Amino acid sequence: MDYSQFGAMLPELIILGIFLLVFLADTFSADGSSKKFLTPFTAVLFLLGTVAIWIVPSCGEAVFGGMYVDNAACKAMKCILNCGVFICMLQAAKWVESDDMKMRKGEFYELLLVTLFGMYLMISARHFLLFIIGLESASLPIAALVAFNKNRYESHEAAVKYILTAVFSSGILLTGLSFVYAFSGGSLYFSDIAAQITTGEMSGLLLCALAFVLAGIGFKLSLVPFHLWTADVYQGAPTSVTAYLSVVSKGAAAFAFFIIFVQVFGQVYSAAWEWMMYAVIIATITVGNLFAMRQKNMKRFMAFSSVSQAGYIMLGSMAANQLGLASMMFYIFVYVVSNLGAFAVITSIENRTGLVSMDDYKGLHKSNPYMAVAMTLAMFSLAGIPPFAGFFSKILIFTSVTGSNSMALYMLVLIALINTIISLYYYLLVVKAMWISADEPKIAAFRSGACERVSLGLCVLGIVFMGLVSCIYQYCVSSVGASFFLALN
Amino acid sequence: MDLNLLWYLVPSVVMFCCGVYGFVTRKNMIAILVSLELILNSADLNFAIFNRFLFPGSMEGMVFTLFAIAIAAAETAVAIAIIINIYRAIGSTEVNETNSMKH
Repeated sequence: MDYSQFGAMLPELIILGIFLLVFLADTFSADGSSKKFLTPFTAVLFLLGTVAIWIVPSCGEAVFGGMYVDNAACKAMKCILNCGVFICMLQAAKWVESDDMKMRKGEFYELLLVTLFGMYLMISARHFLLFIIGLESASLPIAALVAFNKNRYESHEAAVKYILTAVFSSGILLTGLSFVYAFSGGSLYFSDIAAQITTGEMSGLLLCALAFVLAGIGFKLSLVPFHLWTADVYQGAPTSVTAYLSVVSKGAAAFAFFIIFVQVFGQVYSAAWEWMMYAVIIATITVGNLFAMRQKNMKRFMAFSSVSQAGYIMLGSMAANQLGLASMMFYIFVYVVSNLGAFAVITSIENRTGLVSMDDYKGLHKSNPYMAVAMTLAMFSLAGIPPFAGFFSKILIFTSVTGSNSMALYMLVLIALINTIISLYYYLLVVKAMWISADEPKIAAFRSGACERVSLGLCVLGIVFMGLVSCIYQYCVSSVGASFFLALN
Repeated sequence: MDLNLLWYLVPSVVMFCCGVYGFVTRKNMIAILVSLELILNSADLNFAIFNRFLFPGSMEGMVFTLFAIAIAAAETAVAIAIIINIYRAIGSTEVNETNSMKH
C-alpha cells in the first residue's frame, strides 16, 4: 500500500494531531492542578491548525481508490467549520472553568475535536462506507457532549433523546443505502452509483430508497418532519454544546447532503427528489417559523429558528448547481457568525445568572448595552435585514434558486420570502424585550471575560462586514468552480 | 423449493417493520434500544443478501456490513451509558417519566 496517500488527508491529519496533543497534555498534566493552561493551549493549537489547513493547497485528487477527495470546495467548507468551532471554544472558556467542569474540560475539547474529525470525513467522503463512518463519528461524541452537564438532569434527558433519534435515523439511512446498493452494480462509490442510477430504471424500490436516505440525513439537519428532537436537545444540552450543535454539525451535514443529493443521485433528481425536497423545504421553513413564535426559552427559540434556517440552507440544494453550492456555503458561514453571536450573549448571560427566558432579557440595554447591541445585530442578521450579512446570504441563495427560470422554483422563493417576513416578527420580539420594554433589567451589569469578548467581537465583525466584503463570497464561488467537476470522479 | 433473493429479504423486512413498530410504541428505553438494534441489523442483513445474490463477485456489501455492525455496537454502548445515567438520576428508564422539557 502506498502510504504517501495519507499526505492528501492533511486537514484530517492536522485535526487528529491536535486531538492527540490535547489528549496527551490533558492526561499527563498534574492531577491536582486545575489545568488552566489547557484552554489557551487548545485554542492556539487549533488556530494554527486552521491557518495551516487554509494555507496548504489541497491536492484535489481522489485518493484511496477514490474514497476520499480533498478539493478546494471541501477545504473551504472545512475552514468555515473551523471558524465555528474556534468561536465555540472561546465561548465555552468561561463554562469549562466552572467547578464541576474544571477536571473534565480536556474531555470536552477532545470530544469537540473528534466530532470535527468525523465531519471532515463526511465532507470529503466519496464512498458511502467512509461517509457513514464520518457521520457516526460526528454524531456519537455529540451525544456524549450533550450529556456533559452531569449534575443537570435535563442534560441527560436531552442526550437520551438525541442518541435514540440519531440511532434511529442512521438505521433508516443504512436501510435506504442497502436498497441503493441493490441498484448500484455492486459498488458504493459515489461516482459508480451516479453512473448506475439513471432515470430509465425508476422504480418504487428506488423511490423508497431515496426517501429513506432523505429521511436519514434530514434527521441530522433537523428538517421538518424529522425535527422533533431539536427543541428538547437544544434546551437540555449545555449552552456551549447547543451553539456547536446548531451551527457546526448542521453546516457539515448540509454540505455532505448537497454532495450526495446532486452528485450521486443527480441523474434522478428531477424524477424523484425535486418534489420531495420542495415539500420538505417549505415545511421546514414554515413550521420552524411558526413554532419559534411561541417560544419563551431562548434556547428553544434558537432551536426553532435553526430549524427554519436549515430550510433556507437547503434551498441551495434546490438550485443543484455550482452557484447553489457556493451560496449555500456562504449562507452557512454567515449563519455560523450570526447564530454564534446570539449564542455568545445567551451563554455569557446564562453563565453569570442562569437566566435563559426571553422575559429575563427585558431592559437589557440599560444594564449591558454592548450585549444588547450584539444580540440585536445577530437577530437582524438572522432575519435578513440589510446591510448585515444575513441579508446578502439570503439574496444570494434566492438568486441561485431562481436561476433556472422555473415557475415552481419562483413559488418556492416567494414562500421563503414570506417566511422571512414572518421570522422578522419573532426575531424582533427579542429586540423589543431588550430595548423597548420599560421594565427594570433583571440581569445586573457584568463584565464578561476576555475570551467571551473576543468571540463576540469576531461574530459582530462577521455580521457587519461579511456581506459588504465580497471577497468571501468570491472565495466560495471560485473554490466551488475549481472543484465541482473534479468532485464527481 | 428454490430459495431466491426474495425469501431472504422477507425476514429482513419483517425485522425492519418490527423495529420501527417497537421504536414507536415501546415505553422503556432499553426496549426502544432493542428495537433500534432490529432496524440496524435488518439493514446489515440487506447488505449481505444483496451482495451474495446480486454481486457475488465483489465483497463491498459484506465489508460494509462488518463496519455497520461495529458502528451499531458503538452506538449501543453510548446509548446504554446515557440510559444508566438517567436511571441513576430518576430511578427509572420509562420514557413517560423523561418529559421535563415541553413547549
